[in-house]
Amino acid sequence: MLTLKQGRQLQTVLLGTLAWLVALTIFFPIFWMILTSFKTEIDAFATPPQLFFTPTLENYLHIDARSDYFHFAWNSVVVSFGSTLLGMLLAVPAAYSMAFFETKRTKSTLLWMLSTKMLPPVGVLVPIYLIFKDFGLLDTKFGLVLIYTLINLPIMVWMVYTYFKEIPKDILEAARLDGATALQEIYRVLLPISKGGLASTVLLSLILSWNEAFWSLNLTASSAAPLTALVASYSSPEGLFWAKLSAVSTLACAPILIFGWLSQKQLVRGLSFGAVK
Amino acid sequence: MNNSPIRSALFVATLAAVSGASLASTTVTIGTVNNGDMIRMQELSGAFEQAHPDIKLEWVVLEENVLRQRLTTDIATNGGQFDVMTIGMYEAPIWGKKGWLKPVENLPADYDLEDIFPSVRKGLSSEGSLYGLPFYSESSMTYYRTDLFEAAGLSMPNQPSWDQIRDFAKALHKPAEGQYGLCLRGKAGWGENMAIVSTMANAFGARWFDEQWKPEFNGSAWKDTIEFYVDALNKYGPPGVSSNGFNETLALFGSGKCAIWVDSTVAGSFVTDTSQSNVTDKVGFALAPQQVTTKGAGWLWSWGLAIPASSDAGDAATEFVTWATSKEYSQLVAEKFGIAAMPPGSRASTYANADYMAAAPFAAKTLESMDRADPDDSTLKPSPYTGIQFAAIPEFQSIATQVGKLVSGALAGSMTVDEALSSSQSITEREMKRARYYQ
Repeated sequence: MLTLKQGRQLQTVLLGTLAWLVALTIFFPIFWMILTSFKTEIDAFATPPQLFFTPTLENYLHIDARSDYFHFAWNSVVVSFGSTLLGMLLAVPAAYSMAFFETKRTKSTLLWMLSTKMLPPVGVLVPIYLIFKDFGLLDTKFGLVLIYTLINLPIMVWMVYTYFKEIPKDILEAARLDGATALQEIYRVLLPISKGGLASTVLLSLILSWNEAFWSLNLTASSAAPLTALVASYSSPEGLFWAKLSAVSTLACAPILIFGWLSQKQLVRGLSFGAVK
Repeated sequence: MNNSPIRSALFVATLAAVSGASLASTTVTIGTVNNGDMIRMQELSGAFEQAHPDIKLEWVVLEENVLRQRLTTDIATNGGQFDVMTIGMYEAPIWGKKGWLKPVENLPADYDLEDIFPSVRKGLSSEGSLYGLPFYSESSMTYYRTDLFEAAGLSMPNQPSWDQIRDFAKALHKPAEGQYGLCLRGKAGWGENMAIVSTMANAFGARWFDEQWKPEFNGSAWKDTIEFYVDALNKYGPPGVSSNGFNETLALFGSGKCAIWVDSTVAGSFVTDTSQSNVTDKVGFALAPQQVTTKGAGWLWSWGLAIPASSDAGDAATEFVTWATSKEYSQLVAEKFGIAAMPPGSRASTYANADYMAAAPFAAKTLESMDRADPDDSTLKPSPYTGIQFAAIPEFQSIATQVGKLVSGALAGSMTVDEALSSSQSITEREMKRARYYQ
């Protein structure tokens, strides 16, 4: 018979094991991708799959020789950060008005914004392509910044709105009594309080923009193509390509993975903001 | 600031230099697929830029399906993002007819257009106008393991029948040893399983459409084809065959797990390449299998370089396309990468080169397969369409994609052959009626 203390210890061990199992399952594809990137093409296609093999850097050298990685990486950085910045500039005031000056249409407006995410992107490909063509935005970083901002804006507004809703209105009223303008309210009161939530919104937007592939493949050609286009260029209809594709995918994921790792504290804090009072 | 006039002067000078430089050079944006021949072209393009300092090349390399979608969007909306497009025999006549591509005209005399196989020229043309120059071309053929055939006392004819292929597969199928009798594409897709299924159907006497554009999936020839395909692969094929495309099957054959494989002639260079295959010296080559007819038994495909009508760098693009498909380019490939790496299937002169024929053991069968492929006469009964493993009409891609899923479903056992054929018939009838081929 287990004592209460032993029972709790067992529960902790079991929960810990379960958490590790889930984490490892989620991480396994990334681990396998990194592993495959050091294999030869024959080893990468081997059945049964090989866990032990002689590692090689030939895939990375091939990518270095064939593609200008930094050109694509720089485009990814510019469009991800640019769209996140522009998105936040629009999302914060929008969420502010919806959270603190709610009207009877606020809820339906929020739902309508989110409903734009429900349409498959390919459904609007031709109209968006034509608009981009007419405005000279095809294969430009500014064009991608615009489209990424529009894609992520509903989620950003929703997230910021949720964080703002957690803040008591009395704090804003106190600021108003002290003579703060709307801008000062946002800048001096709201933003510092909801820093964690805003940081997680920024991170999520960055990750979504970094990984977006449909629009980046369809609206760019060479000069504005981000890392997703580089990854797509290593998939081959005729010939073995898994090892090279794994290597280029590892290179494409690395910056955002490192960035996410460094800022995980903010990310976790932001995601759990408001969950526990 | 004291030095502001100097700074301004420098700024203006730099601007002038930059704008001058950009005015002097024309940028040619090339959309292409990622495969060995295309990557070699990208690597050698420096030689072209050196010879043409006024032309700058920019590459957009994408996976085949993504590229097809990307190019179609661009050309249909007159987007003008590409100056050179890598397109296949399916797109060239359709897009050419719509006026989306510039016809290929006024080629230099030393280009020797007559040297390009007539079937390839025909496949890239519409109503007598050529709309793309072939970079490389392919047919299909049979690959088999000579060591296994020898050990079993079997002999592969120059052009086996599908019945013979099944008998050989039965004799060589040893799944317990990780050796499978027959490997074919099973993954759904008009360019995947439907390429081999269509050529098999041709050999069994079937056709996609009759003379009135009515589909014939409810006929006995299609039933025989799909029943044979499903039965042979389920009995003598590798596990999970319904998800195997070209690359997966290439990997299986290259790692020594397949006794027989029928697929693109392009695979000849892969299975004889030590970096991609463990069976380089144990591969034999035969023509693609026949059955009730030899017509349309082997497919015909070509990757061509075409110039969209929307390109504003037409002259520079023509210059590049001419260079990349020339004899001079083939020679450059031979010098840099070895003679066996020359772009296959397009030029007769490649096969007249004794060194190439000696270095590429698959070349003779490739040549024979290319010679036999006729996109205008690929079915036993007459058909109204051009193309061997496809029908060059805009509706085909959508129809064959859906039929491909049904055939793959029958192979995986999620439906019967009869159900797959019946659904294929109704889907194709609906699409063809909607497109007003008949009422």
